[in-house]
This record gives sequence, structure tokens and C-alpha cells, in this order.
Amino acid sequence: MTTTAVRAPDVERRPARAPRRPAERLRRKITENLTAYGFLCAALICFALFSWYPIIRGVLLSFQQVNFVTPAEWVGWQNFVTLFNDPLFGIAWRNTLIFTGLALVIGFAIPFAVAIVLNELRHAKAYFRLVVYIPVMLPPVVVAILWKWFYDPGPGLFNSLLHTVGLPPLAWLNSADTSMLSLVLVATWSAMGSATLIYLAALQTIPGELYEAAELDGANVWQRLRYVTIPQTRFVLLIMMLLQIVATMQVFTEPYVMTGGGPEDSTVTLLLLLYRYAFTYNDFGTASALSLMLFVVLGAFSALYLRLTRTRVQ
Amino acid sequence: MRTLISPWTLRTRRGRTGYWLVFALVIALFTIAFVVPLVWMLLGAMKTAPELARNPPTLLPEHFDAGAYTEAWDFMDLARYFKNTVIVAAGAWLIQLAVQVPAAYALSKLRPVLGKWILGLMLATLMLPASALLVPTYLAITDVPLVEVNLVNSPAAIWLPAAANAFNIYLLKRFFDQIPTDLLDAARIDGAGSVTTMVRIVLPLSRPILAVVSIFSIVAAWKDFIWPLLVLQDPEVQTLSVALQRFEPDTPINLMLAGLVIASVPMVVAFLIFQRQILAGLTAGSLKG
Repeated sequence: MTTTAVRAPDVERRPARAPRRPAERLRRKITENLTAYGFLCAALICFALFSWYPIIRGVLLSFQQVNFVTPAEWVGWQNFVTLFNDPLFGIAWRNTLIFTGLALVIGFAIPFAVAIVLNELRHAKAYFRLVVYIPVMLPPVVVAILWKWFYDPGPGLFNSLLHTVGLPPLAWLNSADTSMLSLVLVATWSAMGSATLIYLAALQTIPGELYEAAELDGANVWQRLRYVTIPQTRFVLLIMMLLQIVATMQVFTEPYVMTGGGPEDSTVTLLLLLYRYAFTYNDFGTASALSLMLFVVLGAFSALYLRLTRTRVQ
Repeated sequence: MRTLISPWTLRTRRGRTGYWLVFALVIALFTIAFVVPLVWMLLGAMKTAPELARNPPTLLPEHFDAGAYTEAWDFMDLARYFKNTVIVAAGAWLIQLAVQVPAAYALSKLRPVLGKWILGLMLATLMLPASALLVPTYLAITDVPLVEVNLVNSPAAIWLPAAANAFNIYLLKRFFDQIPTDLLDAARIDGAGSVTTMVRIVLPLSRPILAVVSIFSIVAAWKDFIWPLLVLQDPEVQTLSVALQRFEPDTPINLMLAGLVIASVPMVVAFLIFQRQILAGLTAGSLKG
């Protein structure tokens, strides 16, 4: 991604064909713009139809009752009232926040710790990079079905392993107490490769002199970690945390494939509820109201992320 | 390169012992965490269904029999779903390049009136969580505005929304920005039009970023689940992910495992071949995007 090319200054420099008369200049300006919009038009159509228009429509739908037979009817806040009266709404928020929270505790700390250790190792680097990233490449449905089999309380891999080391079996997905944790473990396993390698790349940019200087000042390993490594990677950590929050609050594939929301609604997430409203109850209005709420919450995180990364780049 | 642990510590006897202990531990943990599950899947597909139901499980299959792979291929008609997935992924890739490269080129080098606004509006869509748009985009697919066609069950239902990817356009534009304008001016003086300049000058210089965007779009299309689940409802046209999930409840587990392996192989092979580009794209995308 690094080119040595120096960016040319943005000055008008077309000495070969400098237009003389204003009319000609205007005509050239118009041709140039027509060409540019020719290049842009496919993208503009795709964005308009499948991005910009749905955004506006989504907001409108949140306040409408739609059944696709009679024209959409304006119902004000009715869809939101329906949501607040649905006991699953509160459960879904709670479950999603539990998932996001557990994913932060497990899925945020582990990749960073792993990256710090990997950065110290001088051998088998290619092997570590390879195996940690393979789960990221697997389709999420494959991972979910595979882990569902691992979690099987009978002959499943995990209970067999627990049995081998003399521990009692767990119910994993079959108990409301462990179901969410089980989903977080799958999600962490399948996603940690990218976080680990991103942290590793960030750790490699820390100048070695900082560690040397800290060591000369008498800092031990923990102090070097605390006062050199973490401050130097703070930006990446923050970015990854924001990205992870946004991603985990939209968790869908794992609960949909592995538990279907059960047992006892313990894994009904916001997206699963949204899916049910839209595609089981055909209540697109209420589903849109739920989308709008998700958007307001997650949009704040995404906006912060974009702001941070863009200002940092420029 | 100097890291957390000083090279002098590593040179002492204690440091060396500690290093190799940690190294052995990390190798063991990585192998258990990331290799064992995959090997367990490969071995599981070679066991028979009764053997898989046994508790405690057998470590190695009693008879190494790869028959489950061919049986799964026929039982679930995987050829069809494999073909569907290839169509979806290849189409998504081609359409994305065809739409995004010219758009990024126009925004970077042709700089039309309102170009900044258009880029801003595109980037603004990145702020939206993908799930917030599921319902209205689905409705736009069932009845595409203005032309009034229903794209449900057509691969275009995946291709066209995929083309509206602001992130790829942003990556491409940023790369094109670094190509010196002098070079393009020189081409223009030699009589090259905008299309020729893009194809002959900009694209050959942009191979690294084109590789990243290509891999991103193919991998994303292959792995996607929720969107194909919504828009590919007819079993005939479903992708591997959607079909496997549908078959999961009533398929013998050994056949299911074989199906999982078959669905994963293209992605793992692609990773082994394009590892460098994929990992380069990973850091480019997350830190600088």
C-alpha cells in the first residue's frame, strides 16, 4: 500500500492545451464533467437504489404500517410502542449487551495478549499467522455448524476433552446459563485472527529505542508493557474496540444457526428479533423501528470510528 | 528488532530456557485451538454415523473412508450449491470492479462538480450498521424502484447491493490519489482519452489495490450468510452457506461434516495462495480505512 510517488500539487497545469476563449473553456468544463459522471453513473445508481433510498425508506417505514396490499399507513410511534410492549424486546437488548460485554472481555483481551506474545517469538512466525487466520476464512455458517457439533453434550469434542482431564461435562448450548458464553467462544475463535494480526502489525511499528530507553531507566517488563506498549498501541486498541462493539451488537449467524434463540430465549439477540419481526411476522414497520434504534446506538460508535480514522490518516 | 524483552535477557541461560518454554507452550496452544478443531472435522467426515454417535468418541476413524465426501456431494446436491456460490461470488467481484474502479477514478482524477459531496454521501453510508438497512434494502430488492422488477432469487439481488460498497471506493480512490497527475497529463497530451488513461495507465499501476479489493469482495460474497438467506429463498438458487444451514437438521452428521469441509476448501486454498495480499489488505483496511 505504500507508493513512493509524490503527490502532485493541485494546480492547474495543462500548458499544452490551455483554452483561450471563455466559451471554449466552458465547453471543455462541461465535457470533462460529462465524462466524469459517465464514469460515476453506475456507482450512483447502485448507491441510490440500494443504499441512499433504503436509508430514507427505513426511517419512514419505522413510522408506518405496511402489508403490501393496502397503501402504507402512517402510524406515528405505534411501532415503537409495539416493541416496548414485547417482552422479548428487553430480553433481546439484555442478551445482546451480554454478548457484546462478554465478547469485549474475552474477544478483546485475548487477541492483544496473543499478539504481544507472538511479537516476542522469533521462530515459526509463519505458522502462527497461518493457523490463527484460517478460522477467519471459513464461512461463518460452517463454523457455527461445526461448533454446534463440538458442543454436543454427549459425544461432543468439548465434553470429551473435559472428561479426559477429569472435569464434569457442561450443557453448553443446552442451558440458558452457558448458551451465551458458548456463542461468544465461537465468535471469538472465528474472529480473533484478524484482531491478532492487526495488533501484531501495530506492535511492530513501535520503535525499539523506546524499549531500550525504558530499560535504561530501570523499567521492568510490566512497566515497559504499561508505559511503552500500551500507549503506543492505544489508537489501534480504541479503533478495534469500536469496530468490535459495532460488529458484536449485530450478531446473527451464530444464534440463528446454533440455538435459534433458545434455550428459554437466552440467545435471542436484537438481530434475531428483527429477523422474526420482518420475515416471520411480516411486520416490516416494527422491524424498521428496531433497525432505527440499532442505527442510533451503533451509528454513534461508527461515526466516532470514521472520525478517528480519517483525521488520523490526514 | 528490539521488542518488549531485551536481547540480552534472551542471551542468558535463563532467558533462553524461558523463551523455548514459552515457545513450546504457544505452539501447543495454537495447535490445540486452531488446528485440532479442523483436523477433528476432517477426521469426523471419515467416520461412520454410528461411530460418531459413540461416547467417548474414537480418536481416529476405524476405517479411513473418504466416501462421505462423494456421498455428501450427491446427498445434498452440493454441485448445484457450489455452482450457485461461484456465480454469486464471481458476479459480485466483477460487478464491484466494473462499478467501483471507474467511480473511484472519476472521484480521484476527473474531479467533477459535486465530487466531494458524492464521496461524502458514499462514506456516510459506512456509518450505518449493515443490519439497519436489511429491511429497506430487502424491500428495494423485492420491488426495485423505478424499474419495478423483483430480484428475489436472482443473483443480481446480491451483486447490485454489493456494488454500493463505499469502503472499496474509498480504498481505490486513496490509491489513485497517489498516482502523479503529471503521468495522466502526459497521456492526455499524447492523445489518450479518459478511458484509455484509466485502462492503460491507472489500472496497471494499481495492481496491489485491485488485488486487495478483489479478494475482499470474493471472500465476503463466499462467506456471507444473512443477506443470501433473505434474498435467495428458492432452494434451487441458494448458496452453500444457506443450503448447509437448511440441511443441517436432517442430514447425518458425517455427511454434514463432509459438506462443511467442501464449503471451506476454496476459502482455505485462496488464503494459502493469496496470504500476502489478504494480510496486507487486513491492515490497510482496518488501520487506515
